[in-house]
Amino acid sequence: MSSQAVPLWEVFIRSRNGLSHKHVGSLHAADTTLALQAARDLYTRRGEGLSIWVVPSNAITASDPADKGMMFEPTASKIYRHPTFYEVPEEVGHM
Amino acid sequence: MYTQALNSNPDAAERHVEDAALAARFQERIDAEERIEPNDWMPAMYRRTLVRQISQHAHSEIIGMLPEGNWITRAPSLRRKAALLAKVQDECGHGLYLYAAAETLGTGREELVDQLLSGKAKYSSIFNYPTLTWADIGAIGWLVDGAAIMNQIPLCRCSYGPYARAMIRVCKEESFHQRQGYEIMLTLAKGTPEQKELAQDALNRWWWPCLMMFGPPDAVSEHSDASTRWKIKRFSNDELRQKFVDATVPQAHYLGLTLPDADLKQDAETGHWSYGAIDWDEFKQVIAGNGPCNKDRMAARRKAHDEGAWVRDAALAYAEKQRLKKAA
Repeated sequence: MSSQAVPLWEVFIRSRNGLSHKHVGSLHAADTTLALQAARDLYTRRGEGLSIWVVPSNAITASDPADKGMMFEPTASKIYRHPTFYEVPEEVGHM
Repeated sequence: MYTQALNSNPDAAERHVEDAALAARFQERIDAEERIEPNDWMPAMYRRTLVRQISQHAHSEIIGMLPEGNWITRAPSLRRKAALLAKVQDECGHGLYLYAAAETLGTGREELVDQLLSGKAKYSSIFNYPTLTWADIGAIGWLVDGAAIMNQIPLCRCSYGPYARAMIRVCKEESFHQRQGYEIMLTLAKGTPEQKELAQDALNRWWWPCLMMFGPPDAVSEHSDASTRWKIKRFSNDELRQKFVDATVPQAHYLGLTLPDADLKQDAETGHWSYGAIDWDEFKQVIAGNGPCNKDRMAARRKAHDEGAWVRDAALAYAEKQRLKKAA
């Protein structure tokens, strides 16, 4: 009787060289070898990728959506971090 | 459809009072077409509705492998066999994407699978019909997957992010399923008189059960109101059923086949096809477990689960052994 839960993994795939790995979904597997094989069967049946990462889901630390305001709002108020904040005379041309 | 919304009615008594401000803010986000993500606050009913719907959808994909799997070893050519194998593998994949989406709501995979095996959770009525001839494989791809697509395309815009993302993957793959089914039907319909008869017979048997896939008529559907308000559901059962009929009737005519409905006729003004009365008693019987194959399907799933137990146990034991070795 299998009473033990099979661990959850998050799957990241690089679709082609030059692009970064992107989260595509999750799966259950007993260990890293099986997780990689399952990721290949489950997420790359139609040539979706050239490289797979599998990461135990419980190894990921996520920000709390409740902290969204505190975490991310300050970036919106600091408009001087964007190039369009600064005036460059038209005569100077593209900068 | 794959989620006919017939499971356990939400118990009114369980609807505890939630923070009204949070609930209002939630509805504002939904109305603004924002996606809800796993760790966001959501009403308990929204969560429960989604777990029920997504897991029912997942179970349907998994059980759906059985009627088609029945023909893998008897496919008439290598080309057909390879395609059918790939299709059945896709259905498994769809089930797994969906289980993963349901799990983000806090219900574990083992629990979801147990709900199916114990009979507590339902799956689509359509998979309780038998696949008697090769033509049934054509009819399933064309009609069952065709009906599935009608239902799943709007689900790609469902308010719950993980479900919507899973549906986008599923829809990309589903188109091949429908086309391979139609090709089988076309080959049979253009073949010998006996082959055409097979195709017609399959259409006769699958047509009405396919219309039932969209679930009860709007007038008696239990879950639609909340699901619509929460943008889980964007079209009613009857709207989707009508879209399916309108899309499918001309395809049947092209095959030179007759739909088994004497009342089927096109409205000259709107172009819509109106169809005859659906036998909802048959639908209720199939959902209640009394369809032609309910017992077979559940027996097959339980057998596969039980006979695979040693594999799951061995894989976990091996992983544990490796972990201890590493730690030592």
